[in-house]
Amino acid sequence: MLNKLKPAFWDHEDAAAGHYRRLFDFRSLWFQAVALTTFVVLLPLIFITIAEYTVTRKAAEDEILLRTSRFVSNTRRTVAFFLEERRFALEFIVRDNRYDAVSDPERLAVILDNLKRGLGGFSDLGVIDASGRQQTYVGPHNLEGKDYSGQDWFREVMEKGYYISDVFMGYRQTPHLVIAVRHNLPGDRFYVLRASVDLERFKRLLSQLEILGGGSAIIINREGILQTPCDQCGKSALEKVPFSVPEFAPHTRVLEESVAGETLVIGYAYLIDTPFILVAIKDKEALMQPWYHTRRQIIGFLGLSVFFILAVVVGMATYLVNNIYMADRRRVMALHEVEYSNKMASIGRMAAGVAHEINNPLQIIYEKAGLIKDFFTFKPEYKDDPRLLELVGSILTSVERCGAITKRVLSFARHQESALEPVRIKRILGDVLGFVDKEAAYRSITVTLDVDDDIPDFLSDRGKLQQIFLNLTNNAFSFIMEGGALTVKAERKNKRWVAVSFADTGPGIPAKNLERVFEPFFTTRSTKGGTGLGLSITYHLVQELGGKIKAESELGKGSTFIVTLPLDPGKKEA
Amino acid sequence: MDQNIKVLLVDDEEEFVKTLSERIQMRDLGSNVAYNGEQALKVVNDEVPDVMILDLKMPGIDGMEVLKRVKKAYPQVQVIMLTGHGSEKDEKEARKLGAYDYLQKPADIDTIVQTIRKAYKKKIEKPIMAATFAEAGEFDTAKDIMDRDD
Repeated sequence: MLNKLKPAFWDHEDAAAGHYRRLFDFRSLWFQAVALTTFVVLLPLIFITIAEYTVTRKAAEDEILLRTSRFVSNTRRTVAFFLEERRFALEFIVRDNRYDAVSDPERLAVILDNLKRGLGGFSDLGVIDASGRQQTYVGPHNLEGKDYSGQDWFREVMEKGYYISDVFMGYRQTPHLVIAVRHNLPGDRFYVLRASVDLERFKRLLSQLEILGGGSAIIINREGILQTPCDQCGKSALEKVPFSVPEFAPHTRVLEESVAGETLVIGYAYLIDTPFILVAIKDKEALMQPWYHTRRQIIGFLGLSVFFILAVVVGMATYLVNNIYMADRRRVMALHEVEYSNKMASIGRMAAGVAHEINNPLQIIYEKAGLIKDFFTFKPEYKDDPRLLELVGSILTSVERCGAITKRVLSFARHQESALEPVRIKRILGDVLGFVDKEAAYRSITVTLDVDDDIPDFLSDRGKLQQIFLNLTNNAFSFIMEGGALTVKAERKNKRWVAVSFADTGPGIPAKNLERVFEPFFTTRSTKGGTGLGLSITYHLVQELGGKIKAESELGKGSTFIVTLPLDPGKKEA
Repeated sequence: MDQNIKVLLVDDEEEFVKTLSERIQMRDLGSNVAYNGEQALKVVNDEVPDVMILDLKMPGIDGMEVLKRVKKAYPQVQVIMLTGHGSEKDEKEARKLGAYDYLQKPADIDTIVQTIRKAYKKKIEKPIMAATFAEAGEFDTAKDIMDRDD
């Protein structure tokens, strides 16, 4: 699987390492392309995402603070109003009723009843004279005659004119608070009206206030004692809050505090003229949920973008580097081809030179031997020595053979320059196969040449044809075992094409290699000196002649290379 | 009659040409040798041969040039090219210049001798034909035959 995905250049080893300097290191080229593009593309994206992240987070937090702050100030107004309402009610009572009226238990009971009905939340009322003794009391307990003169609240009410107590349990074992107002009587006398306010009303009031994010509003006193139960922190009234008491501030303030691993947003406001602090507690995590949702979207989007960008970057880099690789392969191939044909040309020239040089002395040997033979034939004194005649005959035959070889070499060398001329396929094939006559004989390879008679002479490049046929013959010979056979057949396919096939009895080519045999540098004989270029060059030569070449093979039986050539090179197939 | 055929062999390989000359003589043909172009032209001027056997590649005046000059001066001389390294192009050119035949080295002695005889026959046939036409009064045809450069 991974191997299939692997681009061709990945494991590239230059087949011509050493000969041609490598222009590119494809793998590092690929890495560079991927790294650079990724960096340039992803950096701004990540930067923008971080900025966006920070901005939205800040906005979300600000929003929370703002909302908490607004909530606290609204609630403070409500709570302050609740307390003031009750204080003013008491003020109203003491101003509206004369002392003897309020100190009348019956009248006071009526007032308490009215208060309960009208405002609610009151549970008892008491009138205390200047000496601190409770003169009259209406309510569930019998507190008449109780002396409050030594108590702090009494002192405070004497000084300030009113008093609001902390929440306490008192005799009734239910949390409540006390509101007291002082009323001055003529002549430095005064009395105090004291009322207990039931906390139920207070609690209901707070719980009625809608709190977003599962938070809660509570009231604490300045020592941090809960005045109302706190569901959020799981504590009931009169217990200590789990966080420190926030410092005094004249206005609403919001701060964050981490309690038991959770971050709480605490908004608070001091209720002026009371011992109370209104506190709104919210779980920051819960409040941040909408933002977390946004954050997930941002991160998800980033992840997706990064994935796609990487995929595109890798894809593009692979595609481009692969193309460069292909181009480079073609370049190296072209270099090889040039080198190869140069080599062929110089071998040809050298062979021609050698043949020329040898030819002249051969002529001399030939004529001399001929003369000797003539002597035996014409001069009576030498006649009738069959043994000498035979020797001379043998010399002549050998020279004729040498002559045939030099002629062939010269005819090959002569056709190095490319030009279209009428060619007779039978003659070219004969010439080419003549080169391997001896090798075939040594290795007991049967070479058969079968050329149809109806093949006309046609215009082609003799030199290229010779090279094509010689390459195919040599290729076949390198695979044929001793005692094998090479069958060369030329037949006319139709009016326009002639097919020349080279069938050997070699080991055959596996199907997976069959389509690669014409690829440059593909060889199974690299250890035996194959360059992997022969068939590829043959392929190009055939193409140059407007022909086609294909390979067929059956494992164990042999391979057949078929060259199809146009009879009229001008009419190339579209 | 054959003894009367005068053959001139031109080749820069002295050993080759001498031996070939000897062999030709053994086959009852008269032969003379020249080892280069200048010498060949001189010999032709001294004694016009019937048939010339000419190598193509020679130092100095080469075979093609000799052929050109001989054919110009003595169109009736039949020239047989005998070369070891001639191309088809050379052959074409030689034939155009009026060479009777073009042989590749090594050529069999019998082939050479046969070609010489045929060439000679052609050479002597021409005037006979022309004479025949002339006797018949067709002088234009006779002239054509003599001028024909084949």
